[in-house]
Amino acid sequence: MKKIQRGTLVFAIGAILVFAIIQVLLSLQILNSFWFTIIRIGAVMAIVSLGLNLIYGFNGQFSLGQWAFYAIGAYASADATYRWTQLHSALGVLVLLFAVVLSGVAILLIGRWVSRIRGMDALSQFALYLIATVLLVWVAVLLGKALDASVTAFLASLPKNVSLQIVFFVCIILAGLLAAEVSFLFGLPVLTLGSDYFGIATLGLTIIVKVLLDNSDTMLGFPEMKGARGMIGIPKITTWFWVFTFLILAIVITRNLLLSSYGRAIISVREDEIAAKAMGIDIAFYKTLTFVIGSFFAGVAGALYAHINGFLHPNTFNFIKSFDPLIIVVFGGLGSVTGTVAASFAWALVLEGFLRLWLPEGFETWRFVVYPLLLLIMMLLKPNGLLGNYEIAYLRNLIPPLRNKNENQTPPPPPLTVATDTQEVKS
Amino acid sequence: MTTQQTTSVPLENTRSGETIVLEISNLSKEFGGLKAVYNFDLSLPEHSLTGLIGPNGAGKTTVFNMVTGIYTPTTGSIKLYGEEITHLEPHEINQMGIARTFQNIRLFPNLTVLDNVRIAYHTHAGYSMYDSILRTSRFSSKERELTEKTQDFLSVFRLENRQEEIAKNLPYGEQRRLEIARALAANPKLLLLDEPAAGMNPAETVELMDLIHFIREKFDLTILLIEHQMRVVMGICETITVMDFGEVIARGTPKDIQSNPRVIEAYLGPGAAALSEKFKRKKSQ
Repeated sequence: MKKIQRGTLVFAIGAILVFAIIQVLLSLQILNSFWFTIIRIGAVMAIVSLGLNLIYGFNGQFSLGQWAFYAIGAYASADATYRWTQLHSALGVLVLLFAVVLSGVAILLIGRWVSRIRGMDALSQFALYLIATVLLVWVAVLLGKALDASVTAFLASLPKNVSLQIVFFVCIILAGLLAAEVSFLFGLPVLTLGSDYFGIATLGLTIIVKVLLDNSDTMLGFPEMKGARGMIGIPKITTWFWVFTFLILAIVITRNLLLSSYGRAIISVREDEIAAKAMGIDIAFYKTLTFVIGSFFAGVAGALYAHINGFLHPNTFNFIKSFDPLIIVVFGGLGSVTGTVAASFAWALVLEGFLRLWLPEGFETWRFVVYPLLLLIMMLLKPNGLLGNYEIAYLRNLIPPLRNKNENQTPPPPPLTVATDTQEVKS
Repeated sequence: MTTQQTTSVPLENTRSGETIVLEISNLSKEFGGLKAVYNFDLSLPEHSLTGLIGPNGAGKTTVFNMVTGIYTPTTGSIKLYGEEITHLEPHEINQMGIARTFQNIRLFPNLTVLDNVRIAYHTHAGYSMYDSILRTSRFSSKERELTEKTQDFLSVFRLENRQEEIAKNLPYGEQRRLEIARALAANPKLLLLDEPAAGMNPAETVELMDLIHFIREKFDLTILLIEHQMRVVMGICETITVMDFGEVIARGTPKDIQSNPRVIEAYLGPGAAALSEKFKRKKSQ
């Protein structure tokens, strides 16, 4: 009954092959650590940019906030794994887990309640959600402290590597969910703004997050984040396997979401908001949904990024850098999934390649002259993006052919002309 | 603008026993100090075809926007089958059974003809987001069902061979037809057409009039339409409501409206009614 489409099969085999080949090349040291970093950074950027492509390319909301959710994901997961490896305590993971799960449940419940009582404005809703989440985070801290000892003992009883991988995996998911929840809270009042104003507001969020991270040791009370000095001692455990798994997950989720009725609803908001409203599409809901999913990807990518170098600095999350995913999305073609992934790897290669490979020694600073020039030339030559409208078969929107219908099933088409009507008018 | 001293035309009592689909009473909309619509009343019996006409800026489209929830009325109430819909969101109003088309065509320009109509079916898709992300069997069966329904629907509008075409590449007449098809996909009870014949040549206009008749019978619709082309309005509407400066100035059958002096003055300026009387007398002599 269930027939696998050819595109899906090709994609699955291709993905396994790509994974296997790169894994083998890495194990044989044919690809050295320089290439290893480029590949991982490229994949991480692809996940961030897929999220932004959903928000900007498919839902039409110009957002510069993707980088803030990336930062949130990076720091949240780094703090939890740092506590596990350096302080040998599962407190970070537990608090994160409880905070994310409890506020997630609260958001769902409050959301249901708010939709039943009508006519509550966005700001009061926002206040309600905020109070609930702050309270629940406090509860989560208490719960985490209570369960810390027993969970730590349990995890410590497992082999060291296994427990670390479990903690890492849980942290990646939680980082994504945390970013998604923050984006929900932030998006509630801000998504009511029109597209350009929304862009400015999200830029504001990126700046807020950067300043908070600069002062994380004093303002937020996380001394291990070391504020503007940069956080060190994060375990370097982002392997090709994790990066690849989450990239494929992001692609599959994006694709399955977009090629469904929900995806069409998301795209209809980009195409024409008023027409979408008049067709029964709840545009506020779909804007929030896309923003939350996109931020989830950013959070996951942040968590993966944090464990590549084992070092995080607030300057990485500067708002100037928030244009990077935007450049990738536009460069790869707005609304093109294949293009976004390709552009992410190209971007990582170009930036690092110019630094270490292609420019002669002493000319490294020229890379930020060459790179923008390359972008300019690309935009002039290929305004539709790197791959234009091209998608691999798996991601293409295949329109089913018309069925063979019986002649008598179709009602007769309206007659082309009815003479009597027009004559009446003329008389 | 201040010459309007007369009261607006009262609503005639409709025949008893008829179901009223849409009932608008005392509807007003102010933009700042500007009264775009003032004390507007309208009641549409089931299966009727009513025209809403008036000079440019009379407030016709504002009425449409209030009925479909895009604007919130300043005062007044709108009822669909006796149920208050005045303060509902546009998408809720659509789901209750009011669909519309727009004055300047608002298709989803970069999507295919098929997708344009499939979006209108969204609320009846029958699968959840989890079904679509996990590609459950429920997703595939419901999605196929939805697509087949859409294809059948397109063939009613003779667009079945255009299903893969991008909407903005269609010729004008077909874009109009697609917009009407999309509005009807969600199976509404009331259809609002905002200048469906705008920009059409005479042949296309005739075709459109047939189409309107056809869909009214096929989908058992109540239709309210705004139109400037008098041959359309006089040709297909059973009753006509005329607006000027946000107020109703006349109601009645097409014949009554054609000879109504207030209507003639609204369109042609003060004194025009007397002039037309003179002209008629001269002609008959």
